[in-house]
Amino acid sequence: MTWKQHFTSSVGKKLVMAFTGLFLISFLLIHVYLNAQIFLPDGKEKFLAGAHFMGTNALTRILELGLVAGFLLHIIQGLMLWNQNSKRRSNGRYAVKAGNATSKWYSRSMGLLGTLVLLFLIMHTAQFWIPNRVHQFSTGDEINLYDKMKDVFQNPIIVGLYIIGCISLSFHLVHGFYSAFQTLGMGTKKYKPIIRSIGIAFSIIVPLIFALMPIAFYCQWIG
Amino acid sequence: MEHYNMNLTLKVWKQKNAKAAGRFETYQVKGISSEMSFLEMFDVLNEQLIAEGKEPVAFDHDCREGICGMCSMYINGRAHGPWHHNTTCQLHMREYKDGDTIVVEPWRADAFPVIKDLVVNRNSFDHIVQAGGYISVNTGNAQDANSLPIEKQKADDSFAAAACIGCGACVAACPNASAMLFLSAKVAHLAYLPQGDVERKERVVNMVHQMDKEGFGSCTNIGACEAECPKGISLENIAKLNREYMVATFAGDR
Ligand code: HEM
Ligand code: SF4
Ligand code: FES
Repeated sequence: MTWKQHFTSSVGKKLVMAFTGLFLISFLLIHVYLNAQIFLPDGKEKFLAGAHFMGTNALTRILELGLVAGFLLHIIQGLMLWNQNSKRRSNGRYAVKAGNATSKWYSRSMGLLGTLVLLFLIMHTAQFWIPNRVHQFSTGDEINLYDKMKDVFQNPIIVGLYIIGCISLSFHLVHGFYSAFQTLGMGTKKYKPIIRSIGIAFSIIVPLIFALMPIAFYCQWIG
Repeated sequence: MEHYNMNLTLKVWKQKNAKAAGRFETYQVKGISSEMSFLEMFDVLNEQLIAEGKEPVAFDHDCREGICGMCSMYINGRAHGPWHHNTTCQLHMREYKDGDTIVVEPWRADAFPVIKDLVVNRNSFDHIVQAGGYISVNTGNAQDANSLPIEKQKADDSFAAAACIGCGACVAACPNASAMLFLSAKVAHLAYLPQGDVERKERVVNMVHQMDKEGFGSCTNIGACEAECPKGISLENIAKLNREYMVATFAGDR
């Protein structure tokens, strides 16, 4: 078997989803840690220093390329799997479905939840990451991302969309966190309970902190 | 438990063959005893249809004691009906009450084409087993069983996986029509034993590729399979399969 055959089988594709998914989870940790600085006293300075470090350092810029690749791989593979798996009953679906009697709705909705996260991601990068990099490329200077956030989060519709994005991410992760470790063979009696617990805690806490950022700016808890 | 009789409305899937379009047919059955099994209720229906000069409903069955895995029926949205760890032949009519309507469909999956009505073709499972679900042994006198030491835990895990009866409920219940639970039972059953060691890496890779060829969906760890499996095959077997696959991928000889 060639490497290609190993990674393009159904189990191989799952491994790709799990590796990229866990990589994206590690990115979320760093992202939430740096951005949560805004809640500290001197939050503005601390946040801007972190953003400056991440945006100007050779190592993090190279990692950023990996992140873009990871996102693309995860999104393209995820959408392809969703599409293929939805076509395995071409002769007709069940008239009566088991629904929530045998599984959780979010575990059946990874494609839909992922698509919502993707739509959010497009809006989010268009607001911050892309303008910042374009500005850096043309002038050499970074945008003041703190002031930018304050500005963007004055609009209640945008704040609402951010909350929807965070809720979608939360449910994507409630299943995704456990699922990735199950894919890596760790869904055993010994590890499953602890993976489930950490996964649920992560999926609630991280999106909640993210969601509090637009809310805090909008409600002028921070300024 | 008290005995009672009931009248039921059945909506049963009728389909001439794999290519023909199917449809639901509605039947009334009367005086069904709460002591009957679900399949006995279908026997009553078929005798009634034959007496009326109509075509009986084709359905699969063999042992009628929950061990052969033939009795595939998707009943009111549930593989083998609503009971836990149960096959259709072991579902009893005391689950239902007078006046109930029951919808019965075949397993629906491209890898399980309908032969007729509720009977589906599960040869795709046989092909997966043929691709690696065996061990090589020398011919001649059987070895003394005690010359192969096995830890109790591994023997138990292997035995639990070997309980799979190939019924296909896991595929029928899976939103992706994936055969991962079945495949994982077949792989784990041999992977825990020293006898399975010889073809260990080839087995998992070949069986996964055969599964993909048969047109099953891929696993997204939803878990509806485990919830519906009559033999209690655990998702831990899928974790085991994934570990076997990774070993074959990263530490395989080829
Ligand atoms: C920060 C963003 C994201 C994170 C942290 C994330 C994380 C994960 C994780 C950990 C898994 C489980 C992998 C497995 O089952 O082995 C997963 C699955 C999945 N993700 Fe994401 N994801 C993100 C964004 C997206 C996006 C934008 C899409 C786009 C459509 C997407 C689509 C999917 C799909 C369809 C699956 C299920 C695939 C399968 O199990 O076969 N995800 N994700
Ligand atoms: S794993 Fe369970 S549901 Fe699937 S074929 Fe085996 S016995 Fe049937
Ligand atoms: S007829 Fe054998 S398991 Fe039901």
